[in-house]
Amino acid sequence: MLLKRLFPVIGFAALAIAVQLGAGALGKEFYLTQLTMAIYYAIVVMGLCLLMGFAGQVSLGHGAFFAIGGYTSAVLTTSDFSRFQDSLWAAALKRIHVLIPKADLYGGQVLTTTPWAAFVAAMLLTFLIACLIGYPALRLKGHYLAMATLGFCLIVNKIVLGTAWLGAADGISGVPEWNLAGGLVISGRSAVRVQNYYAACALALFLLILLANLVHSRVGRALQAIHDRETAAGAIGINTARYKLNAFVLSALLAAAAGVFLTHYTAGIGPSEASALKSVRYVALAAAGGMSNPWGAALVSTAINFLSLRGWFGTYDNAVFGAVLILIISIAPQGPLKPLGLWIRRLLSGARSAAGGEHAAS
Amino acid sequence: MLLQVKNLRCGYGSLEVVHGVSLHVCAGEIVGLLGANGAGKSSLMKSIIGLMAPWHGGVWMNGRRVAGQPAWRSISNSMVLVPEGRQIFSDMTVRENLLMGGYHNPDRGMDLDMVLDRFPRLRERIAQVAGTLSGGEQQMLALGRALMARPKMLLLDEPSMGLAPLMVEMVFAEIRAMRDLGVTILLVEQNATATLQIADRAYVMESGEIILEGEAAELLHNPEVKRAYLGKGYKEVWE
Repeated sequence: MLLKRLFPVIGFAALAIAVQLGAGALGKEFYLTQLTMAIYYAIVVMGLCLLMGFAGQVSLGHGAFFAIGGYTSAVLTTSDFSRFQDSLWAAALKRIHVLIPKADLYGGQVLTTTPWAAFVAAMLLTFLIACLIGYPALRLKGHYLAMATLGFCLIVNKIVLGTAWLGAADGISGVPEWNLAGGLVISGRSAVRVQNYYAACALALFLLILLANLVHSRVGRALQAIHDRETAAGAIGINTARYKLNAFVLSALLAAAAGVFLTHYTAGIGPSEASALKSVRYVALAAAGGMSNPWGAALVSTAINFLSLRGWFGTYDNAVFGAVLILIISIAPQGPLKPLGLWIRRLLSGARSAAGGEHAAS
Repeated sequence: MLLQVKNLRCGYGSLEVVHGVSLHVCAGEIVGLLGANGAGKSSLMKSIIGLMAPWHGGVWMNGRRVAGQPAWRSISNSMVLVPEGRQIFSDMTVRENLLMGGYHNPDRGMDLDMVLDRFPRLRERIAQVAGTLSGGEQQMLALGRALMARPKMLLLDEPSMGLAPLMVEMVFAEIRAMRDLGVTILLVEQNATATLQIADRAYVMESGEIILEGEAAELLHNPEVKRAYLGKGYKEVWE
């Protein structure tokens, strides 16, 4: 049992190491950069798996949560708060190292927020917004959450495009590195490429283990019951509205966290992250991996996003994600990995029985 | 009086479907609520359990006002609904379904054994995915799941729906056995004869109102019951 649970963890870790070694051996270590980005995007998809595959709710607004995380962190870490230098709150924040003085590009002194503090702020803001959006929408049944989140996503996108201090159409660049702890820096510099690749892998793996535990817990069972039979779940005493809200908020937080990490990694963020197409893309990827299978979703989403970031699909990029969604829904609604696994197992057992037959004949 | 409903009105959108219904259920009784399709039985049931907010009137359980509370709270009032169409968790195993029924019951491990003793059929299929059970077995599972919450009162919404006659008999025998355990039962049914045979009292609903009530034994021979099912023109056409 324990081994069965550990198997995907070990498998994922081994795959991550194999990919890194393979890329190094082929002299294509720069692949790891896009791979790291793809892994951060996969974290959004993992959150959506929890929401869609287990709580049975669809969100078309996770791009917005990603953007809220990324933009909050970008704004706080790039803005100069030195004109508030003498105010009481700035002094207090300085004392607890939320604000730190730093030299800017031209050698002047600026006062900015530390990335850790910005991360916490991004999480808090996302939590608040997700509660505000989710609370009314989740009390309704059916596709209201999908519609509400789609509308929300469009609004966030327009706000970003129309706000000068959010960089409007240009986005925000020059986001500083994030010194996580113990010399581990979230940054796109090639010197720390491998380190960042493993940091992203470790984060994703940690979250996958967390999700797997959640799904197999009391909470997971309740979510599954809600997904399956909402009336019956209520009748046996499950507070359906609260569980749905919790799943929604948690998945929004995962999206925002991914946004923060990727923003520091790429040193910037643009308004396209909040576009509805991005949100639909996450939904397509969650479906492509098998919604109730976060491991599969993480794997498939990393692979497809990597190809997309490498520019494989060219101008057909969005069309590819649409096609993936259509194909999955019509051919393998549970995701491609389960039928594939069954097929391989059948093939193996077929080969084995054939071999056994020959043995008996001789 | 365990459950009391007073002058309850409810509906969907602007359409009222239950027009001021009053009824009561005493502890230890089986009370039938009969009526044809669309009489408002299920809407009444939903209002009692909290899936629908009543527009007017109230519901009292054990003297405590419960109308307007969300459905998941009904369990803390020891009231459990077995919903129409059974609504078992079809992707979970029989065992998981039963344990879900005891979601708020700290002794669910012990009660699981008790329920499995009552329903040996479920014990045989304990590890089977619930969606693959037969209709009768699913109904047994739904009853067992409800028992896992240790209810004082069970609301059964059309337990005979879609079952073979032999299975209906089994389910009704089980309902009577649950009453003997001390569970009070409000039984919503279209199957009037079967219900009146096991019920103590019954109400008959038509077009959102209660048009008849009385001892089950009396109602069994009351031609008005038949009329309520067959519509207002029944007398002219058939007599």
